[in-house]
Amino acid sequence: MPPSERKTQVKTTTRALVPVPRTTPEPEPLADPRESDVDEWGRSEHMREIARRLFDPMYRRWFRAEWEGLEKIPTDGGALLVSNHAAAIPSDAPVIMHGIETELGRPVYGLAEYIFRDMPVVGTMWSRVGGVTAQPDNAYRLLREQKQLVLVFPEGTKGTSKSYNERYHLRRFGRGGFVEIAMRAGVPIVPIAVMGAEESMPILFKLPGLAKALGMPYVPITANMVAFGPLLGSVLYFPAKFKLKVLDPISFDVAPNQPRYSRSKVMDESEAIREKIQEALYEMLRERRSVWFG
Amino acid sequence: MGRRVLVTGLGTFWGGRVAQALEREPEVEVIVGLDREEPSVELERTEYVRSDENYSILSRIVKATKVDTIVHTFLVVDSTSMSSRTMHEINVIGTMNLFAAASAPGSTVRNVVVKSSTLVYGSSKEDPTWFSEEAPRSSPAHTPVERSLLAVEGYVRDFAEDNPHVNVTLLRYSNVLGPDIVTSASKALELPLVPSLFGFDPRLQFVHEDDVIRSMMFVLDNEVPGIYNVAGDGLLPWSEVAKICGKRTAPLPPIGMGIATAPLRRIGVELPPELLALLKYGRGVDNRRFKRAGFQYQYTSAGTVKAFVEALRLRRTVGDKPAYHYERDVEQFFRHSPAVVRDVDA
Repeated sequence: MPPSERKTQVKTTTRALVPVPRTTPEPEPLADPRESDVDEWGRSEHMREIARRLFDPMYRRWFRAEWEGLEKIPTDGGALLVSNHAAAIPSDAPVIMHGIETELGRPVYGLAEYIFRDMPVVGTMWSRVGGVTAQPDNAYRLLREQKQLVLVFPEGTKGTSKSYNERYHLRRFGRGGFVEIAMRAGVPIVPIAVMGAEESMPILFKLPGLAKALGMPYVPITANMVAFGPLLGSVLYFPAKFKLKVLDPISFDVAPNQPRYSRSKVMDESEAIREKIQEALYEMLRERRSVWFG
Repeated sequence: MGRRVLVTGLGTFWGGRVAQALEREPEVEVIVGLDREEPSVELERTEYVRSDENYSILSRIVKATKVDTIVHTFLVVDSTSMSSRTMHEINVIGTMNLFAAASAPGSTVRNVVVKSSTLVYGSSKEDPTWFSEEAPRSSPAHTPVERSLLAVEGYVRDFAEDNPHVNVTLLRYSNVLGPDIVTSASKALELPLVPSLFGFDPRLQFVHEDDVIRSMMFVLDNEVPGIYNVAGDGLLPWSEVAKICGKRTAPLPPIGMGIATAPLRRIGVELPPELLALLKYGRGVDNRRFKRAGFQYQYTSAGTVKAFVEALRLRRTVGDKPAYHYERDVEQFFRHSPAVVRDVDA
């Protein structure tokens, strides 16, 4: 048989009508000459380590963060952490991420608005310390395929932009997208109630005209700016006492990987989670004697 | 009867390479290459036809050569290489006429491979980290090259729908790097300081030029209809890409980009809008579907960049390979003169 014919014959076997499972041996892993430890989400363990070292005094001495029910956060497998959101520059995200990483030794990916990707330096830094664009496919991949802990604030900027007199009144939980993602990924939702962030950088009033001109979601005048001056005050938090309470994880009795879920069920669950966090916050506020000492 | 293949864009980097790879396949009997320009690589037995994207010529060629396979590589993805008008003619009008010719009654075409680009996903702040083949764009296409590629994919989709008996494979390639290909990204990486945008360090993905050719040959051998992303494993921050190349980045200011990039344009390095968007937001595509179809990559994203820079260093020392010039009479002589003794088995 001439070589050309032999080759054609070999090829016809792969053109079977029924797909035949390939018997090719497992390929050798390819050389991957990486020069940094930045992962596909932009997170760098090296940068995270620096951030942890810098933030640790803030976490322990300044905010004196105290957890309750930390054991309810799964030590393995994906879970969606859902929390209330506050402060002009949200202080709750770093506290939760730092707390879980140092106490449980698990990385936490924080979902955040698209707007970070338009911010030079800040956006890159946020990405290096574990920030990920809040996008359904990103959340699904992190939760379902990579079994990571993912933190989301369903209130979004509606939570952080509220002024001081509205503190601890939870805003609308978006359109319930976080519930749908948890259902699709087949992971539990772990609600966390955070007390203290509201007082760490309260907004007195906002400048909507300037926000529009700068293309920012809001430009606040904070109590910190009044107390510490406009420069220091825009970055320095008040030393409010942080208390974080992890509520019971919620699992959904629906099959994962569905193209869509019942809107009413999603909204019911979303509302229920919002109410649970709201209730827990009222409970914690009832017990709080001082904003600064808990 | 062996395979009869039509390669569009024979004069381009990809068309020439694909034709060379096809010539090595003994079961490929006839290779016809179309282009406006002469082939830039040496070819043994490929028949070159000078043609533009005119419908009547294309349909005559398809009919006369009775090709069963079309490899459509003639899609311009580097917008700095020509005017947007020429690009529109080649990409949109060329593809439209090619597929019109291929779907004519009595057409013998059974396999079509199209070399598209991940440019069709765009690059914007609302993007997912990984685009799957089904993922829609997050923002409308603004640049001419993206718009033309979207139009091309529309024609390909229509053709696949109207001709269910034809295996249509649409391959979307990520940023290609390698020893030989020249793109605006490769030019940027050849500079002593690699341009970047101040404050941004997006993650990018690369595919090696050899993997590009291998992927097209894989599709021709295995008949895997559908849309596939083709990109190496891993996403690299742009700063790391520069680092693998042994270079530093030079941040361009976020405003006054025109003034900042003017000196670069002077030395022939143009940063087209789609590359600037990439340097701001990056882009990742999910390459798992093509791997599940059985394709094995030879390079990861980082491996691609390393292979690129190693070839660059070699070229700096030993100089460029001698350029090939197509001589019509010589090529015709070797292919058709009775004086040439041709090996019948080959």
